[in-house]
Amino acid sequence: MIELIDTYWLFFLVGQYPNGPLGGLSLTLILASLGLVLALPLGLLLGIARVSPFAALRWPVTAVIFVVRGTPLLMVVFWAYFSLPVLTGHKTDQFTTMLVALVVFDAVYLAEIVRAGIKSLPAGQMECARSLGLSWLGAMRLVVLPQALRHMLPSLVNQFVSTIKETSLGYIIGLTEVSFIAAQINTQVFTMPMQVYLILGLTYFTLCFGLSRFAYWLDRRFNRGASIRVAA
Amino acid sequence: MNQLELANIDLAYGSALIVRKLSLSLAQGRIGCLLGPSGCGKTTVLRCIAGFERVAAGEIRLAGTLVSSHEHHLAPEKRRIGMVFQDYALFPHLTVGDNIGFGLRALAAGERQARVTELLRVVGLSEQGHKYPHELSGGQQQRVALARALAPRPSLLLLDEPFSNLDVELRERLSYEVRDIIKATGTTAVLVTHDQHEAFAVADEIGIMNEGRIQQWDSPYNLYHRPANRFVADFIGQGVLLPARVINDHQVNLELGTLNSVIPLECQVGCGNCSRHCPVEVLLRPDDIIHDDASPMKARVAKKAFRGADILYTLELASGTRVLSLVPSHHNHAIGELIGIRLDVDHVVTFHEDSNLAAHAQQHSHGLVGAS
Repeated sequence: MIELIDTYWLFFLVGQYPNGPLGGLSLTLILASLGLVLALPLGLLLGIARVSPFAALRWPVTAVIFVVRGTPLLMVVFWAYFSLPVLTGHKTDQFTTMLVALVVFDAVYLAEIVRAGIKSLPAGQMECARSLGLSWLGAMRLVVLPQALRHMLPSLVNQFVSTIKETSLGYIIGLTEVSFIAAQINTQVFTMPMQVYLILGLTYFTLCFGLSRFAYWLDRRFNRGASIRVAA
Repeated sequence: MNQLELANIDLAYGSALIVRKLSLSLAQGRIGCLLGPSGCGKTTVLRCIAGFERVAAGEIRLAGTLVSSHEHHLAPEKRRIGMVFQDYALFPHLTVGDNIGFGLRALAAGERQARVTELLRVVGLSEQGHKYPHELSGGQQQRVALARALAPRPSLLLLDEPFSNLDVELRERLSYEVRDIIKATGTTAVLVTHDQHEAFAVADEIGIMNEGRIQQWDSPYNLYHRPANRFVADFIGQGVLLPARVINDHQVNLELGTLNSVIPLECQVGCGNCSRHCPVEVLLRPDDIIHDDASPMKARVAKKAFRGADILYTLELASGTRVLSLVPSHHNHAIGELIGIRLDVDHVVTFHEDSNLAAHAQQHSHGLVGAS
């Protein structure tokens, strides 16, 4: 096991880099982080559109959410893999393909979390802010979202943890993220599949566990003193 | 020009008409109240004025400007309305000071701070500005909600059941306090409540609502002493309706004697000639029947409710008819005892005889007692 780690640790971490494209754990981390960073604002926009009073905005967004939510991520990855080159007119690399699929898929789930968070607040909060002179969007930004996001945090973290694990589906389209690299190591070593996949499993666990602890710490830090809500 | 004007408002949810042809007007600086049982549509009217609901027909004008009609709907944020919600709707992520200053974002920081300080003083919370809403008591939260609504100097203040989350004692004290604060700022206000004591404590004029309509818009005094119909008579205060015969347009005759009315009695039968012993019913409030040991007229004590300063007696007349009498507490009589009573009626209120009344009155145990 020590010998295994000793031989392959660099390959596991960065793939063939610098002699080839970046891969391994680094690629997984980059893909997951970019996925989160891009999916969150998109999810916020979609979630707000879903509760907006403008039907012309609400209905198409609702339709998109239902379609994507009713499809496995694998399907979305395939769709992105085969349709993106047709739509954009030039060849899309595996990383971009996987990123687009992840962002679309997660944004839809995040949108539903955002919607639920907004709906969980008493209607009086929005109405009160509007009677005090704020537009719908202004009230959303200054009154509703700051409270709703706090309520949403556990669900958001849940979805982020999911995103980290979902990057492993890049394997299917030949993206050299950490699962793909682990499979390659396994083929080369051949005699130690248990050990190789144990290390891979521990790697994912560490990432996900670390993220949820970080979120917990963040929650404590920001909600200190104001965590008890007014009885409504 | 009236500060608030509602003309023939209709509002429907689906096919159900919640508010029907409702009109009211309120002069600058007056406090009006919509009072009625739950489900009568009073909160809906308030939400129409605030702009949270669209009207199906009719017009709402604020300080002369049209804000709501079937074709036109001004957004709530453009109406310059202050609203106090039933659950206060304080913003839990902001301090008390930031809550109060929330409607003052257009002001420079210094001016805003000055106004917040002023309002904290007005509602007696000068030391609490830095706290969060959940750190305050219910009564304090209520006053923060009021200060926040008053801060932008609204053209109209709306209060939706503002005291219903408070205990009885605090409710009474705060309702007078709230009235003083609103009056001190000269704000025109509309209060919605189902509690008549709250309405009497806060409002200058009150509209009794039932089934989407205003039954009577009047002063508290007139609602009690000159109810326009049976619903108002029943909803406001206590009393009984006794069968009586009209003698002439100033006198009615009932079991307890003859009542003289200063104002000519309105014909309730539609005969146009009220001197032919038309059958009517006369409203008798508990304070219309005075306990007097010297009186030859006797009634038997059927029930008594001790209320501290006074006792509310339910008395049975010789015919078996029951009436209510409010008597100072030191006149303590046992159930079954015969006591002397006499009538002292300032305002004679008559209604057309209604055979359904007994059943109707039993549904409102706090209101009228069946006279039959």
